Amino acid sequence: MCGIIGVIDRGRETMDGTAIRRALSMMNERGSGEGAGYVAYGCYPEFKDYFALHVFFDNIHETKPRVDELLHEWGRVVHDEEIPTWDLPRLRKVHTPWRYFFKPDTRLMPRSITPAEEIVTEIVMRINTSVEGALVFSSGRNLGVFKAAGWPEEVADFYRIEDYEGHCWLAHNRYPTNTPGWWGGAHPFNLLDWSVVHNGEITSYGTNRRYIESFGYRCTMFTDTEVVAYLVDLLVRRHALPEELAVTALAPPFWDEIDAMADGRRRLHQALRLTYGSAMMNGPFAIVVANQDSMVAFTDRSKLRPLVGAENGDRLYVSSEEAAIRAMDPGITRVFMPRAGEPIIGRVVA
Amino acid sequence: MEELVIDAAGVHYTPLNREIRAAVAAGVKRIRLENVLGQRFIANGVRGDVAIEVHGVPGGDLGMFMSGPRIEVFGNAEHAPGNTMDAGEIVVHGSAGDAVGHSMRGGRIFVEGAIGYRGGIHMKQYEGKRPVLVIGEYARAFLGEYMAGGTVLILARHGGPAVAERGLGSGIHGGEIVLRGGVDPVYLGAGASEVALTDEDWERVLHLVREYARHFGVDPAPFERRDEYIRIVPASARPFASKYAWE
Amino acid sequence: MTPSIGSLPPKYRVTVDHDRCMLCGRCVENCAYGAFRMENDRILTNSRVCTACHRCVAFCPRDAIDVSERPLDYRSHPVWTRGVREAIYNQARTGKIVLSGMGNALDYPMIFDRLVLDACQVTNPSIDPLREPMELRTYLGKKPQRLDLKRREDGEVDLLTELAPNLCLETPIMIGHMSYGAISLNAQLSMARGVTEAGTFMGTGEGGLPEPLHPYQGHMIVQVASGRFGVDIDYLERGAAIEIKIGQGAKPGIGGHLPGEKVNGAISKTRMIPIGSDAISPAPHHDIYSIEDLAQLVRSLKEATEWKKPVFVKIAAVHNVAAIAAGIARSSADAVVIDGFRGGTGAAPRVFRDHVGIPVEAAVAAVDAKLRNQGIRNEVSVIASGGIRESTDVAKIIALGADAVYIGTGALVALGCRVCGNCYRGLCPWGIATQRQDLVDRIDPEVGGRQVANLIHGWTLELMDLMGAAGINSIESLRGNRDRLRGYMIDQALMDVLDVKSVGA
Repeated sequence: MCGIIGVIDRGRETMDGTAIRRALSMMNERGSGEGAGYVAYGCYPEFKDYFALHVFFDNIHETKPRVDELLHEWGRVVHDEEIPTWDLPRLRKVHTPWRYFFKPDTRLMPRSITPAEEIVTEIVMRINTSVEGALVFSSGRNLGVFKAAGWPEEVADFYRIEDYEGHCWLAHNRYPTNTPGWWGGAHPFNLLDWSVVHNGEITSYGTNRRYIESFGYRCTMFTDTEVVAYLVDLLVRRHALPEELAVTALAPPFWDEIDAMADGRRRLHQALRLTYGSAMMNGPFAIVVANQDSMVAFTDRSKLRPLVGAENGDRLYVSSEEAAIRAMDPGITRVFMPRAGEPIIGRVVA
Repeated sequence: MEELVIDAAGVHYTPLNREIRAAVAAGVKRIRLENVLGQRFIANGVRGDVAIEVHGVPGGDLGMFMSGPRIEVFGNAEHAPGNTMDAGEIVVHGSAGDAVGHSMRGGRIFVEGAIGYRGGIHMKQYEGKRPVLVIGEYARAFLGEYMAGGTVLILARHGGPAVAERGLGSGIHGGEIVLRGGVDPVYLGAGASEVALTDEDWERVLHLVREYARHFGVDPAPFERRDEYIRIVPASARPFASKYAWE
Repeated sequence: MTPSIGSLPPKYRVTVDHDRCMLCGRCVENCAYGAFRMENDRILTNSRVCTACHRCVAFCPRDAIDVSERPLDYRSHPVWTRGVREAIYNQARTGKIVLSGMGNALDYPMIFDRLVLDACQVTNPSIDPLREPMELRTYLGKKPQRLDLKRREDGEVDLLTELAPNLCLETPIMIGHMSYGAISLNAQLSMARGVTEAGTFMGTGEGGLPEPLHPYQGHMIVQVASGRFGVDIDYLERGAAIEIKIGQGAKPGIGGHLPGEKVNGAISKTRMIPIGSDAISPAPHHDIYSIEDLAQLVRSLKEATEWKKPVFVKIAAVHNVAAIAAGIARSSADAVVIDGFRGGTGAAPRVFRDHVGIPVEAAVAAVDAKLRNQGIRNEVSVIASGGIRESTDVAKIIALGADAVYIGTGALVALGCRVCGNCYRGLCPWGIATQRQDLVDRIDPEVGGRQVANLIHGWTLELMDLMGAAGINSIESLRGNRDRLRGYMIDQALMDVLDVKSVGA
């Protein structure tokens, strides 16, 4: 059991981290104090054209030079610094969080249509599988993941989350079963522009992992959520599926429902299930995925985990609980529950 | 004794419930909780004769194991209100989440709007205890799965079907699901079958319709046409007996 | 020449309890081998001819018959086993290759029995398959790697990708290829009725498609093997899919041989050879000497049937099975059948049956890994066969990466087969591996069909329960999900091949 919440401002107005910190703490009953995290989209406007790589270093003397070297090999770092943190009694700096603002040299990946993204993906996979003591946990442009092992308010205070502004935020309150206490195991999980928070357990993880690894992704974080970020990247960026069909591929209708559809839709849904059977996620889950321009939330196809949506003007909220949304914004006007497998999608229009 | 008002803003559910229990023990008959936001387990396991008004959005498992009190919520209810409830009443002026009335063994729940998935799942009945779940609008998939007793009634006030999703009454082996406006048979789960209402059934349903109308201040007249209702009942008390063979 | 070896101890001893025997004569009637005769109001037995098929036991109304195995054994020896000694006696007498029936009879460890399945506790709910949807539907055939879509002005999305033809199975359990000739028409009819009712498929084997099976052709996969018996355009068009048989798990690398005495009028017609002539399938296809030749045959079959039917390729599980399967995946074939070394057969040389090939569990694990590694897993479906004995084997092989299974021996057992291993003699008292009409008539296809359908149904229910316990409601999420398997007392090298962790890990 975990608590999740997300918000997007469709007019790209920014919010600081105060309200989402409060909302996430509302759901402490769903967590265990062993992991929490936030992602803010739009938080690095001054470096918005650069990939912001957030890295946990076990030791900046031994491992950091290897990461520096790799980055210099593949492009240019315009700025890097330790991410400012404030130690708390229960939350001490186990890893040193660092951020790099990086521009890949796209000439090094001539055959790709998205060379910058390919290079960054390659760097992330390479560091996470082969540089011991370094973990890249955030790698998108103009966004940042802030996470650690602790209660939501502790993690927020550790990073002073209220100092960051974003037009879209996701946050997660973790109750771990697989990798307790590991900072890398906290959500959100991020790759490039995609961030994911997740409540539940994916019983198809083994199938999904084997599938995604055949496309060159490497699962390194010992948790089922990581695979979701890669699946979304594959389906939406590399295979160019519209977001709502990517959600359909991950949580498809049942065969009897597909059989009952009109001809054209049936063919489409059958093709999606045949093509992406190994990407389909099973087990109970509610997931929120975001990128710079949109936020998508959905549940498993039997809706075994809760998900509530709400709106207030340009703001679209999703969460495990209505109360958390109200804690963030008491002025919400419309509260709704999506059907199983049916996405709630918010897109920035500005 | 007059009404006790508790400001629940920022109060954890344990001290909140402690206060409720103490008040009930002291003979308070009416309690009003204000600024409720996300507190789970309100009136959890509370016995006795007391009316509790909840203003705001309570957390999950409202009135779980409750035996006697009457709760009225002015807001939406979360996951599983009336979970394993024994006696009493929950009235929700709003909608409710998944697993409403899960394993309910007695008492009554009235939800003004819609409910989520797996409503009335595993509802039971024993001798005089017959739980009742009345829903104003509609319910999602898996309604009344493995139901062993009691009554689920859906009025479909929103104009659409009461249930248009899979697994309706799967494995039902006792009790009844009464739907206004009928149901497409493709949604009936294994072991569930549709029948018409008898006079006796209708008397019971009509009583619940009027009670719903009274709770939410609506005119019952549009919902009093007997021919609009159907009943879903067990095809057998042992729906899955044919699955197994002895070695 | 008088043999100097003398007679060997009988394999079985048949005894009749004369106190119980009521002299009804059913044993005499039922035994096709002549083990019983009635003389002077007494049943006498000839144990030497007994095959332990248990037909007499099954039909004795008084439980008066006892069949014991190895009543007199050789002096025990761990190296010089009974089988080894008797093969030598046989070859010393005959100077020939020893043939035997059914599958691998050596005592290799069963990998299936050293893999355990998973179930959910707390962190996710197990699913009750009775009330929640549980999807076993399986499509066999090529799947696209990705889809081409076009969004219309009204916002709807059109599919531009043309899907390749796929077989749609309601349960991932099919019946493998056993030819008309090797088995009887009534055995085939029973299985055809069973798979039709269960919404799945069976193979014809290389014996053509006799007319009485035409009503079930929508559930039949027609086989093209090296002898090309029964193959014509009509046959190809009737099948729901076409399977090219390269090899067979029971006897990898060698051909087949239906003895002339089994080739009666009906069989000669479906095989298109003269009555009484041997039907010999060569070891290789003489138009396939390399992988590109296989691609040629696949495309030729597709061209002949206007690209409407999936084409499968069946190979025996041999050492290099993964690379071979990857080659097949590039040949336009829609599925590859991996037949493990425990696969049954009517007759195979004993040395091949027992010593050539590898188990299907390891083969499927290696094939799935190789196909994924090369990014071509969607190019072919993987069908596992050879030694699938129960529903847990199905669940385990799917978790190792198979899309579906073929069962063979299991389906015959559902028709009464007692696995006596004398299929090649043509006298099967159960009416299965025989063409003698009085024996064939012992199977009523309606009853047999029900038994086969029951078996598939029972396994399907068990499969749903196993998946539900693991919190999985669709077979896609079990496929290749090796995280839901653990190895119990399997050595590390094999665990690496299977890519499973140890119990407790």
